[in-house]
Amino acid sequence: MAANEKVDVLIIGSGASGAAVAWSLAETKMRILCLEQGDWMKPTDFPSNGRDWEARRYTDFEISPNRRGRETDYPVNDDNSLMKIANFNGVGGGTLIYTAHWPRMHPSDFKVKSLDGVADDWPVDYWALEKFYEENDRMMGVSGLAGDPGVPPRHPPMPPIGLGKTGTRYAQAMNRLGWHWWPSDTTIATTDYEGRAKCINLGHCTPGCAQGAKASTDITYWPLALRAGVELRTRCRVREITTDERGMAAGAIYYDVDGVEHFQPAEVVILACNGVGTPRLLLNSASAKFPKGLANSSGMVGRNLMLHPWPIVSGYVEEPMDGGRGPINCIWSKQFYETDPSRDFVRGYTLQFGRGTGPATQAVMGAASGLLPWGRDHHRRYAKMLDHRLSIGVACEDLPEEHNTVTLDPVLKDSNGIPAPKIDYTISENTRRMMEHGIARAEEILTEAGATDLFASRTALNYPGHLLGTARMGTDPKRSVVNEWGRSHDVKNLFIVDGSIWVTSGGVNPTSTIQALALYVADQMKQRLATLFD
Amino acid sequence: MAAAPQTPLSAAETDVLETVAGTMIPEDAALGMPAADDPAILDDIVRSIGRDLPLVREALSAIVAKAGNGFADRDRDAREAVINDWYAGGGAPAAALGRVILSAYYRDDRVLVALGHEARSPFPKGYVLEQGDWSLLDAVRDRPPFWRDDRIVATGER
Repeated sequence: MAANEKVDVLIIGSGASGAAVAWSLAETKMRILCLEQGDWMKPTDFPSNGRDWEARRYTDFEISPNRRGRETDYPVNDDNSLMKIANFNGVGGGTLIYTAHWPRMHPSDFKVKSLDGVADDWPVDYWALEKFYEENDRMMGVSGLAGDPGVPPRHPPMPPIGLGKTGTRYAQAMNRLGWHWWPSDTTIATTDYEGRAKCINLGHCTPGCAQGAKASTDITYWPLALRAGVELRTRCRVREITTDERGMAAGAIYYDVDGVEHFQPAEVVILACNGVGTPRLLLNSASAKFPKGLANSSGMVGRNLMLHPWPIVSGYVEEPMDGGRGPINCIWSKQFYETDPSRDFVRGYTLQFGRGTGPATQAVMGAASGLLPWGRDHHRRYAKMLDHRLSIGVACEDLPEEHNTVTLDPVLKDSNGIPAPKIDYTISENTRRMMEHGIARAEEILTEAGATDLFASRTALNYPGHLLGTARMGTDPKRSVVNEWGRSHDVKNLFIVDGSIWVTSGGVNPTSTIQALALYVADQMKQRLATLFD
Repeated sequence: MAAAPQTPLSAAETDVLETVAGTMIPEDAALGMPAADDPAILDDIVRSIGRDLPLVREALSAIVAKAGNGFADRDRDAREAVINDWYAGGGAPAAALGRVILSAYYRDDRVLVALGHEARSPFPKGYVLEQGDWSLLDAVRDRPPFWRDDRIVATGER
């Protein structure tokens, strides 16, 4: 096995959190190396360059790695889960294929036990993260509007995306209902920003932005981190973290693009592999000293998986709307976010209002919903759908439950022979009640907006790829995997910065908070460099 | 001369696909919409099957079986009824067949133009998104903050 020169800090994964922690630590002048199993992506790779732009959402830019099946992907056994796993492996990770929604967690999300008597409080609060949210907003480049009464103050550096016909329609309905709405924060640039060209409404943001207007960490954090001396090595798939005789992390064994095995020694190891990849790696790192998997004396590695159930309710209006000619991001509502004792569930959800889709996607969704028939009525019905669609997503808080797990599949392996993750996940009764409440409110809104042919998709196709909670933070080593600043309770030079350290999930897209947490952990490390392993 | 397209289906399967596609999306001359069995569109469908080949094969077999092996000989109403009845419960094979046909059909130049869309990729030209009516936000701006502030203690002080 080839052995490499020792580095000070080894980061596994170059996505949302890996990029942020690499950039933040770069100022220490330590020798930092990041291993990424995917490739760099080029703007010309993205589907909106070609006439097959919609079809590629179902092939090489599919959000499910099982269907996408790139060389750089690993399989996931998610047969025992209604919700499927979504991710992307490449420099930038999931930020390459996210929709760029940019809500923050609310202060109450960090205090669910104290405020609502469920799950656990986080060991950090919103206010400890606030300055890192702000720093991250500047780094990623956020478009939005200050003054939203539904969320704590924040300062988006760019103006919001236009309401368009679709947003105006929603806003009129929400005002008639007397319910809160506000333009969504997004990392789609509405002005030229730090070398990124402004959005030109390609309308197909999720599978990569050919214009470069959507922030992904390959074009935000990484250029700066590389300039500051961080090394990023692609097509390196890590098999396990090894430990030394003292029980400290010694480094990582990985396979390069040719399948050659390497050992990369390091003083500090940071995992940034997402809420499925990180527990998989920890469990694959079991040894005589750590028989249940690395950093798993609590037994919490892989438990408490949260996936954010996300019903989508759609309908069609008579007048033409924006269709797919603009970012799907439009407005949000926090009307039902905070706990209301009069409801039959605790916690709450964000409503996200979307624009339409392209012609083929509209047809595929119409057929899947049963609203678009085959045969002589096809064209007549389709004409009433294309560019007439309204849709509202219900972003439900998913509370942690220990029986929702990531484990190692006994049979399935990736192309390097590394055991693949297995998902066992059910949606809780509290979440189901929340979903139904949100669906009913979305139907009220769509009806108020004049929409008909309403259709509620409860789980099918709604896999947001929010992989959270499987190596949770906490002050109690018996109940958590990492401490309040991201360091493993068991292995004192091992840190985790991705979504797996979340204690609860909130009812929001997580990337903003994942990165704020990564910057917070990096800041804690920098403050404690002299005593980091104490 | 361009190489002949790789046809993953047998000749018999391609014949069934042609009939199925033309039944699922027939021509509508008044709207200027070709049928999905139009030669150029059908060629695109066949080229696009790719990783869905096993599911598409399964779908075609299921349709033929449901029709009692005489699908192509049925009249149009009967073929439509078979397909609509099968599709609703057809699972992954139905979804794959529908997706392959629709993805190819709704990128055909004639189809897009008939729908009032431009026959081009989104990049580099992009589209125009109007700002909309921002005055609607005035009603929301007047609302006091309503997020739960965890710093407020029982006395109401921070």
